[in-house]
Amino acid sequence: MVAWTGLEHFRVGRFNPPPPAIEPDDYVTSRLPLSSSIRGKLISAGYTSLSSISSVSSTDLARDVKITESEAFEILKMANQISGSSSCNGRSSSLVNGARNAWDMLNEEEALPRITTSCSDLDKILGGGISCRDVTEIGGVPGIGKTQIGIQLSVNVQIPREFGGLGGKAIYIDTEGSFMVERALQIAQACVEDMEEYTGYMHKHFKASQVQMKPRDILENIFYFRVCSYTEQIALVNHLDKFISENKDVKVVIVDSITFHFRQDFDDLAQRTRVLSEMALKFMKLAKKFSLAVVLLNQVTTKYTEGSFQLALALGDSWSHSCTNRVILYWNGDERYAYIDKSPSLPSASASYTVTGRGLRNSSSSSKRVKMM
Amino acid sequence: MANKLIGEIGLHKRISNIFAARNIITAKDALSMTEFELMELLDVGMKEIQSAVNLISEAASPPCLSARSLLEQKVENEYLWGHLPTHLKGLDSALCGGIPFGVLTELVGPPGIGKSQFCMKLALSASFPKAYGGLDGRVIYIDVESKFSSRRVIEMGLKSFPEVFHLKGMAQEMAGRILVLRPTSLSDFTESIQELKESILKNQVKLLVIDSMTALLSGENKPGAQRQQHQLGWHISFLKSLAEFARIPIVVTNQVRTQNRDETSQYSFQAKLKDGFQEHTRTYDSHLVAALGINWAHAVTIRLVLEAKSGQRIIKVAKSPMSPPLAFPFHITSAGISLLSDDGTEMKGPGINNIHARGHSDMINFNGDCP
Repeated sequence: MVAWTGLEHFRVGRFNPPPPAIEPDDYVTSRLPLSSSIRGKLISAGYTSLSSISSVSSTDLARDVKITESEAFEILKMANQISGSSSCNGRSSSLVNGARNAWDMLNEEEALPRITTSCSDLDKILGGGISCRDVTEIGGVPGIGKTQIGIQLSVNVQIPREFGGLGGKAIYIDTEGSFMVERALQIAQACVEDMEEYTGYMHKHFKASQVQMKPRDILENIFYFRVCSYTEQIALVNHLDKFISENKDVKVVIVDSITFHFRQDFDDLAQRTRVLSEMALKFMKLAKKFSLAVVLLNQVTTKYTEGSFQLALALGDSWSHSCTNRVILYWNGDERYAYIDKSPSLPSASASYTVTGRGLRNSSSSSKRVKMM
Repeated sequence: MANKLIGEIGLHKRISNIFAARNIITAKDALSMTEFELMELLDVGMKEIQSAVNLISEAASPPCLSARSLLEQKVENEYLWGHLPTHLKGLDSALCGGIPFGVLTELVGPPGIGKSQFCMKLALSASFPKAYGGLDGRVIYIDVESKFSSRRVIEMGLKSFPEVFHLKGMAQEMAGRILVLRPTSLSDFTESIQELKESILKNQVKLLVIDSMTALLSGENKPGAQRQQHQLGWHISFLKSLAEFARIPIVVTNQVRTQNRDETSQYSFQAKLKDGFQEHTRTYDSHLVAALGINWAHAVTIRLVLEAKSGQRIIKVAKSPMSPPLAFPFHITSAGISLLSDDGTEMKGPGINNIHARGHSDMINFNGDCP
């Protein structure tokens, strides 16, 4: 994770050098609570930056600026305080600006909420659900249930906190026109029914809050964008930062599918790779900045390896690096399975799931549904 | 929105002049490059590029809709979001009313199974007056394989909607609404679908049928080549956007071909883990797959597979965002396709995509007598 931000600083820094550690000129005037006459004297004597002040002794300062020694001492004290606090930010751990130590990160990650998929087997191999602050790619053959997972997540992210959910909102970016609002309504209804059943159960033990949510309210909180070209897709991803700042509580961004327009309309494949990796970086940034989950649905292509055609997720090898987690959906016999293909923290494993009228659920048949590898 | 002019977005005059000087005119031009490339090309600082890109992006982004208002829109404008009934009860209810407007629907099946019959029946039902459950519109029928038969259409009409068709002049009017195009090559076809865009809106066209997509390609290219897939890329996105723009159903047929021996339907990781997996059961007499590959399959919203299995014709809902995988047995009568049962059997697993072609040749019956 740090590597990505690091790379970005590098890219920006190389061509637009970062501001020098000490800002010139008005730094003294703006940061130190000084009277204008003393400020004027300091500047005319050449003390324009904090470092130039803190590197001299109070006697020298008093002589140069022609003020009393006690005044000079006060100035130095203030200057040291300010430069001290700005450089270490009150946290002893950050030896390097912007870095966090692994222990803090662990604590943060454990506190991160996860979005349930409504299929407990799938949640299990995902470590509790789709994780926030990460980009997760989900791919599979046509008809395996990618859109269904997308719709399910955009409903589940809204499960209120009392029920162990996130109480967030969803952004659904539809590039293929396959989002069916009737289906979203079905899944939302089933979700509300499940919550009501849960409340009924809890009621026997202690007073639980009534389910306030209505299926239509759930639909209200799904922000739907229909994207008709790759230009619109790029534009939207750039614009999301602003959109999410204005619409708080967005906790999941679903792109169904990331592939479609890029697969049809791009002739220059090298250019496609560059544009895509920039887009991936932006998704990653969004995920971190707003601690939300980004779910990219991907299509499948055939790839010629070792003398035979095999299925692989689309957009090529360099794209495979852009997502933190990658889940592949596939048929195993008569059952739908999900397989963790890539993840920095999860063991590779597979689990079965089914798509029912009420949405994603556990597959009922087999006893050993989860397979660790 | 991709073609928004950068000059009209409200960028700082100086910046928009720089864009113009480098011949970056539309939002598409600008956003097809990474910010870094733009910075190099325009020789402007990263910060300025970023703020310019942000402005361009905001202008070119599609509007946001909540799913709820989407639903309300659908209810209000049923005619824009409706369905074209197939008049097959079981299939219609599985698809929430029929072939939906605004998306691509595909029919896949071996030759002679009844794809064209299905299309002709749909054409008829779209041209029918509203009072009888039709759409009361024109139909554009792109008949690549020269299979469209006016005689058969009228026969189907007479048999399945006798009360309407026996009215005087009705048969002529109905048949007059079906416009048949017979392109001879892919470029011919490309040209005509580009022209269609306007005439669809002007002429109350309610259905576009392309029978078949595959035949267009086989005329020009050797099958199996990767190139042919790419060739269709433009057509896929054009047809999708046409369906959505004009809010009409587009029905496309697809042929089948035998699967090459070196093709697998597995991921590389599946081979590694084979011991724990159930082996793919493959029956070698049914090595048929849809002729247009996986890229095409991703693009269609609904896929109906027509197949024959041990003397029985079956229509299957192989891909649909709203219907479970159902299979219905059917037969072809003089009135067109009719289902033997309106209760579909739910299929488990990827078998829904299998295409069998066994033992149907003896059942082909184009002359309209009930078998």
